Amino acid sequence: MSAERPNAPVWVRDIAHARAGDKGNTSNINVWVYDPADFALLKSSLTAERIKREFPQLVRGEVRRYVIEHLHGLNFVLSDALEGGVNASLNLDSHGKSWSFLILGLRIDSAGS
Amino acid sequence: MPMTADVFRIGTGAGFSADRLDPAVDLVRRGALDVLVLECLGERTIAFAHRDRKADPRRGYNAHLECRMRALLPACRAAGTVMITNMGAANPRAAAERTCDVARKLGLTGLRIACIAGDDVTALVGRDQPFMDEPGTLADIDRPILGMNAYLGADAIVPAIAGGADIVIGGRLADPSMFLAPLMHHHGWQPDDESALGAGTLVGHLMECGMQITGGYFADPGVKDVPDLTRCGYPIAEVAADGSAVITKLPETGGCVTSATVKEQLLYEVHDPGRYLTPDVTADFSSVQIESVGPDRVRVANARGARRPDTLKVTVGIDAGFLAEAGVSYAGPAAAARGRLAGEIVGARLQEAHGIASDLRIDLIGASSLFATAGRAMSESDDVRLHVALRTTDREQAELMLWEVESLLCCGPAGGGGFRGTITPSVTTKSILVERALVKPSCEILVA
Repeated sequence: MSAERPNAPVWVRDIAHARAGDKGNTSNINVWVYDPADFALLKSSLTAERIKREFPQLVRGEVRRYVIEHLHGLNFVLSDALEGGVNASLNLDSHGKSWSFLILGLRIDSAGS
Repeated sequence: MPMTADVFRIGTGAGFSADRLDPAVDLVRRGALDVLVLECLGERTIAFAHRDRKADPRRGYNAHLECRMRALLPACRAAGTVMITNMGAANPRAAAERTCDVARKLGLTGLRIACIAGDDVTALVGRDQPFMDEPGTLADIDRPILGMNAYLGADAIVPAIAGGADIVIGGRLADPSMFLAPLMHHHGWQPDDESALGAGTLVGHLMECGMQITGGYFADPGVKDVPDLTRCGYPIAEVAADGSAVITKLPETGGCVTSATVKEQLLYEVHDPGRYLTPDVTADFSSVQIESVGPDRVRVANARGARRPDTLKVTVGIDAGFLAEAGVSYAGPAAAARGRLAGEIVGARLQEAHGIASDLRIDLIGASSLFATAGRAMSESDDVRLHVALRTTDREQAELMLWEVESLLCCGPAGGGGFRGTITPSVTTKSILVERALVKPSCEILVA
């Protein structure tokens, strides 16, 4: 962690921003750090395994993580994670647009657990 | 008119079916655009459009088409801007004819309106066709199929532009292809120049959602603030002959274009950044460079491309009956407890009295709704709303659900109020892949 930060970041939202989108029943969430110095922390905290483990009921398929090293971002692809997809889900947010804030609402955990 | 000989200016005037109109008019008037693109079609929208067309053969195109054309046609003609849109949805021919009517009424004689057809492949696809991303075939669909539309690429659009169209209207034109086609025409990019096609596809992908790259869908107060979001401007791409581009917006509009807004859009609805499939190219966004080059000016470069897929994706729209939704609100002390009790009563009553248990969902907005399945219980509000949703092919069941929820006003927990209930048509979609050779796009030009 950078020494000049007044408070150590607690939530992913403290260091990163994100956007979620849908294709069929697959959700993808891209996550970007504001400060490149935080990218290593983001990578260690948000592993594909952790995302799958945090939301076992929601994410029924596999989670893939793509690392965009030079832009300091991660892209998570969550298959079978939209309760059937935009036309079938009875969730008020049938696109899963709010899934970005599921990720931003996670605690930072450098062990990725 | 172009600012310089080899910089091509494309603006977005809609990023989805219900996007704003007045900022699009402002963009055309002040943007000195070569091309304005209105992207108005999604998987759901085209299925609903087929439903509209079945109800009335003169409809089935974007509901705001006439309104948009009335406002934009005069501005586009005055600025010399070509418009490209997929507002034709399930009925591009009718959309082109309505546009022609609007142009004549406005006195825009001689306006050339190209209609691109051939995306509707309903009659061409066999029932044994397998689904793209799940087990099963079309033969497994037990509900009426509304329509099947192949995603058409830039090769379907370029002939319209080359033919001198002022307005290009199609149905399922792929989103980025509407940007790529005029770039290919202007910059002379050939269909086998995969690196140029990848670059143009990046521009299209960044631009296709309109304000999602100029600060829309970005604001998170206190963390990611966006100036004057109320007056957010649509984006402009200034695209050089080598495919690099500057993304910007008009001066004196709200919003912002920053590396962060561009990054969020870069991978929006993208899975593998190295393999983004479109009808035109397998685009590679994995090495894209993003660089701020001035206030609200971000330069993007270094997208690449590889061979296009041999197949085209087809969206199959299916009539799924009805979506019924109903709610009652509770506020004050123990509101969440009362709301939960209401939900338990409705669930039990629907099952015991009416045999309704499947395709039913009961949420408590303010306590647990969007994140219910994710298992993230939020802190409970003392102002909550019971929300019941039911998908059914039986209209009577939909009406019974609304009745049960409304009955809570006398038979449910104390203090419930604000019942509302709606029944709307429901569609589902599936995806299949078809051989490219099967799909034969056509272009016809109407003159106002």
